Amino acid sequence: MSGRKVGDVILDVQNITLSFGGVKALTDISFNVREHEVRAIIGPNGAGKSSMLNCINGVYWPQQGSITFRGQTFKHMNSRQVAEMGVARTFQNLALFKGMSVLDNIMSGRNLKMKSGILAQALRWGPAEREELAHREFVEQIIDFLEIQAYRKTPVGRLPYGLQKRVDLGRALAMEPQVLLLDEPMAGMNVEEKQDMSRFVLDVNDEFGTTIVLIEHDMGVVMDISDRVVVLDYGKKIGDGTPDEVRNNDDVIAAYLGVEH
Amino acid sequence: MTDTFPRLLIDHAAKQPLAPAVREKDLGIWQTWNWQAVAQEVREIACGLASLGFKPFDNLAIVGANRPHLYMAVVAAQSLRGVPVPLYQDAVAAEMVFMLDDAGIEFVIVEDQEQVDKLLECREQRPALRHIIYDDPRGLRHYAQEGLLSFEALRERGRQFMAAQPDFYAQAVASGQTDDVSVILYTSGTTGRPKGVCQTHASFIAAGRGGVQTDRLGPGDNIMSYLPMAWVGDHLFSVAQWLVGGFTLNCPESAETVMNDMREIGPSYYFGPPRTFEGLLTAVSIRMEDAAAPKRWLYAKFMALAQRVGADILNGAPVGAGDRALYALGNLMVYGPLRNVLGMSRIRVAYTAGAAIGPDLFRFYRSIGVNLKQFYGQTETCAYVCLQRDREVTLTSVGAAAPGMELRIADNGEVLVRGVSVLKEYYKRPDATAEVLDAEGFFHTGDAGVLDAQGHLRIIDRAKDVGRMGGGAMFAPNYIENKLKFFPQIKEAVCFGDGRNEVCAFINIDFEAVGNWAERRGLPYGGYVDLAGKPEVLALVAECIAKVNADLATEPGMADTQIARFLVLHKELDPDDDELTRTRKVRRGFVAQKYAVLVDALFGGKAAQFIETQVKFEDGRSGSVSATLAIIDAQRYPAIKAAA
Repeated sequence: MSGRKVGDVILDVQNITLSFGGVKALTDISFNVREHEVRAIIGPNGAGKSSMLNCINGVYWPQQGSITFRGQTFKHMNSRQVAEMGVARTFQNLALFKGMSVLDNIMSGRNLKMKSGILAQALRWGPAEREELAHREFVEQIIDFLEIQAYRKTPVGRLPYGLQKRVDLGRALAMEPQVLLLDEPMAGMNVEEKQDMSRFVLDVNDEFGTTIVLIEHDMGVVMDISDRVVVLDYGKKIGDGTPDEVRNNDDVIAAYLGVEH
Repeated sequence: MTDTFPRLLIDHAAKQPLAPAVREKDLGIWQTWNWQAVAQEVREIACGLASLGFKPFDNLAIVGANRPHLYMAVVAAQSLRGVPVPLYQDAVAAEMVFMLDDAGIEFVIVEDQEQVDKLLECREQRPALRHIIYDDPRGLRHYAQEGLLSFEALRERGRQFMAAQPDFYAQAVASGQTDDVSVILYTSGTTGRPKGVCQTHASFIAAGRGGVQTDRLGPGDNIMSYLPMAWVGDHLFSVAQWLVGGFTLNCPESAETVMNDMREIGPSYYFGPPRTFEGLLTAVSIRMEDAAAPKRWLYAKFMALAQRVGADILNGAPVGAGDRALYALGNLMVYGPLRNVLGMSRIRVAYTAGAAIGPDLFRFYRSIGVNLKQFYGQTETCAYVCLQRDREVTLTSVGAAAPGMELRIADNGEVLVRGVSVLKEYYKRPDATAEVLDAEGFFHTGDAGVLDAQGHLRIIDRAKDVGRMGGGAMFAPNYIENKLKFFPQIKEAVCFGDGRNEVCAFINIDFEAVGNWAERRGLPYGGYVDLAGKPEVLALVAECIAKVNADLATEPGMADTQIARFLVLHKELDPDDDELTRTRKVRRGFVAQKYAVLVDALFGGKAAQFIETQVKFEDGRSGSVSATLAIIDAQRYPAIKAAA
């Protein structure tokens, strides 16, 4: 399909357990992600997929286990630190600035990379202006990449859902992430929008070599674009492997189709 | 001598080397090529092609949106005495294979990955397609197929070739003859298989020169190039007139951004088929309906004034001082801002052609001060037969014969033309050529028309579409359909009546306009099919039809062609389903056949009819939509005799 090479393990999740009071969201989950691969996490509703992503990018702190990123091992992650290490994410329920333009939303993803202070930025003074221009150019490349030139100045809240999802991806890309966490990037989309989004995800992976971890419900999409798939059910890992292996895994079939007890 | 396009380019590069020739918006910023840069790139592209073995009289297919490099590729092919063959970029692989085969294509220059994928698919059926050159490398880095080459690599080859053979390019351009074929344009195929129309440098240069001189176009003028390159209209305006006149081409960022880009560039010269003007007006109407009450009132007041005197003021006809003063005020408050929103603030000349334009639509633009004019022509005549001169603009005619052209009306009403722009031949189709070119050199246009007292041509309809009603009245379907399509709510209409006693119609609603209308009324709908079937929507369409009928009742000979019954189709007519041509003209016969059951129900006087239709999605898969369509009787009016 492409010339990208899947490399060594970049992210290694070991024995993660997360509970909220008495509810166990995740129980002893271990899996790893290799550099440049597209790794999917699937599972029925409430299986713990989003919780897993939230542990990886430091929104939740698991009670047990460890996460190793590029050789450094952490008990839990810290959101800002994760972002600085090059992990970006999109959200299941979009978390965009609705009143701001597409351009400004994506620019906000460059924030971590900006060096000038808030005052200099506000005044667009000297180096701050030059810096903004450089960032703007990068953002324009993302706009071009995602084919949303026509909406540059449109407030995000006025865009259809499928396009908002694209803007969300754009903002994550603005961080120039090494690892991109996508939480149901195709939820609520029609067939055509799903195809577009799949193409963008593959292009990101292909063009920039970005490692991708995605949660997705649409089996067709997952099987088509992923290299390896982890399957969760009730907070436990019930399957892990290539799409073909997962498809033929009895536990997975039972979890999805139900089984007689 | 400037009698071929490559020589015209070299001439501009010498005379105005630093003037802007082409602009393109890239990464949000307008990038400019001056004439010198264009000439240099064309030379590199041509030499690159030559290094790959492109020979004189070879055909070069060009597929993609309006990109500067693709326009340069047109001239590059011509520089080698080759022939550019622009193809519609949204054609599916199967359609494309036909044309690639027909034109014996071995070289193709495309825009991007999408087209590369399609052409690789075509190549499975046509292995002779050796070289695929792409402009935008995105997503193509890992493609390793044989014969695939990036534009940059092609230019690099060209530079090496030039270093080795410095005189090659000049000699190639010098060897070109003005009677060489300069382009093959495929007809859209309203009927039958597409045919390749061969036009010479001489023809297209004459057509370009006629237009440029009539409207005094030249350096400093700007045009937006946004229509399909495979369409004769774009070739006339964006290639022939560009190289003859030496003005600036502006390529939009993407198809969706054209309206924004127009506002930024402020073109002085604009060209669009009626559909584009209709679309712009629809967008404006929707925004006006959403505006606050005082604004709507102001708009209505001043538009009424503009309707009354605007066109006269533009035509230089006498208008009272009071009205003039009011119009000036209106210009400040309404027309000026409106032109600005449309991106037409600086328009000096705008043209429409390709289909008959609704009189009301035409009047709208002229009344707000946009010098919109009509011209007439087809692929076989370089889109150059008639054009309207300033101050000679009328709603109903398309103007007098253009310089170098001669008109004649055949006994059956068909328009015949002879002159500088008439085609050389259909590619490899002497039989088809003989059918349309008679012994005296007249081209048979297939349009029915009349010449008025001033020698202005008035097109009524396609000659083959014009029929007779059972009662003997003339039935001109396009004429009625155009009246219907002026309503922003109606996107497409198909009328039936030939050999019948009544006229019945299919209507396609405009999803955007009607959807907006429904939202404002709090009318919930689930999608296109649902919206199209709403009783409220049917009533809305019935109102439009009643107005058209009232209009027809006042026109001599048209009263009998009032619409008796109609239905609103459950799906949009679509080129992917072969219901429209790629230039979005209705394929009448095909539609009548495909929906025969609906036609029968209309004329049979049924109250409703169930229909299930196969549809093709853009990704090539198909599905079906079904609905029960209500058949509605339209209000008709007694014929009103025009006052003698």
